[in-house]
Amino acid sequence: MNNSFWIYLLVMVLTTYLIRALPFSLFRKKIKSKRLQAFFDYIPYAVLTSMTVPAIFYSGINLWAGILGFAVAMFLSYKNKSLLFVAIGTVIAAFVGGFIPF
Amino acid sequence: MANKNQDNTYKRGFNDGLAIGLGYLSVSFSFGIMAVSSGLTWWQAVIISISNLTSAGQVAGVGIMAASGTLIEMFLSQLVINIRYSLMAISLSQKVDSSMNLPSRAILGYGITDEIFGVAMAADHDVGRRYFAGLMTLPILGWTLGTLLGAVLGSILPENLTVALAIGIYGMFVAIVLPVAKKNKRILTVVLMAIMFALIIRYVPFFSFLSGGFAAIVSAVLASAIGAFILPVDDIDDKEAV
Repeated sequence: MNNSFWIYLLVMVLTTYLIRALPFSLFRKKIKSKRLQAFFDYIPYAVLTSMTVPAIFYSGINLWAGILGFAVAMFLSYKNKSLLFVAIGTVIAAFVGGFIPF
Repeated sequence: MANKNQDNTYKRGFNDGLAIGLGYLSVSFSFGIMAVSSGLTWWQAVIISISNLTSAGQVAGVGIMAASGTLIEMFLSQLVINIRYSLMAISLSQKVDSSMNLPSRAILGYGITDEIFGVAMAADHDVGRRYFAGLMTLPILGWTLGTLLGAVLGSILPENLTVALAIGIYGMFVAIVLPVAKKNKRILTVVLMAIMFALIIRYVPFFSFLSGGFAAIVSAVLASAIGAFILPVDDIDDKEAV
């Protein structure tokens, strides 16, 4: 991955940087369209969701690790626990789940 | 605005960034672990963090690197995942004072993240370039340091532990989405649609040409676009940034 790493990184950095710096430098108007505004509101949550499901189920040592990790993450988040608390709970659940023989 | 000059010092911004910097430590720790368990070296993980300063975009980016995805895929994933920063940049550009000239904007624009934006917008004064530069200092440091710690630890610990630790970042994603979806029905609807599309793309053989990275983008754009069409924003007060 070593050679292609820099090319990947360049595309990644340029895209992310320009998305921030171009509008910050050039734009002066507010976005008025309610639909566009809603799209911008929804996109972060939709992205985080579709990056997590179903990837989380396949990112453990076995399927159980992912399932248990996800269940605990859902439960603790529902209880409005902090990011760090939820992360630790998820990790412990995934670690324990990894020992369940399939 | 009597003490405007006092509000816009580097030191004031620096202090206001402390809580964000601490919060970033744990998220980037998970990212560091995840990056090395995907096959990157510790220094690659650190370079990615210091140059990108964004969580979901970096996770997706590392996924694409690990799967040897295309550059188009990399570009599109970063565009879709991070496009919200454009909106924040536009909002923030209305709240900066005259010290924020073009070169400052071009440099400091790099530091627009969900949390830095949130604090800057909540400030009871216009945002000057010194304040904003101070505000992003500790978050950048926290983000980079956390990545370093996670990546180094991830290289030392046994595999079953690092794999479990790498799942932590998904747990954090759940912790960001679920509490908001619980309160906001429109976001809940979009989230459920995103899950539905993601599952369809993953399990229906017809869509097997879409890689994991693309699948997430397509699902998110579809869900958000349909959501925006059937549920446009009617009140600004229930708008929440991540």
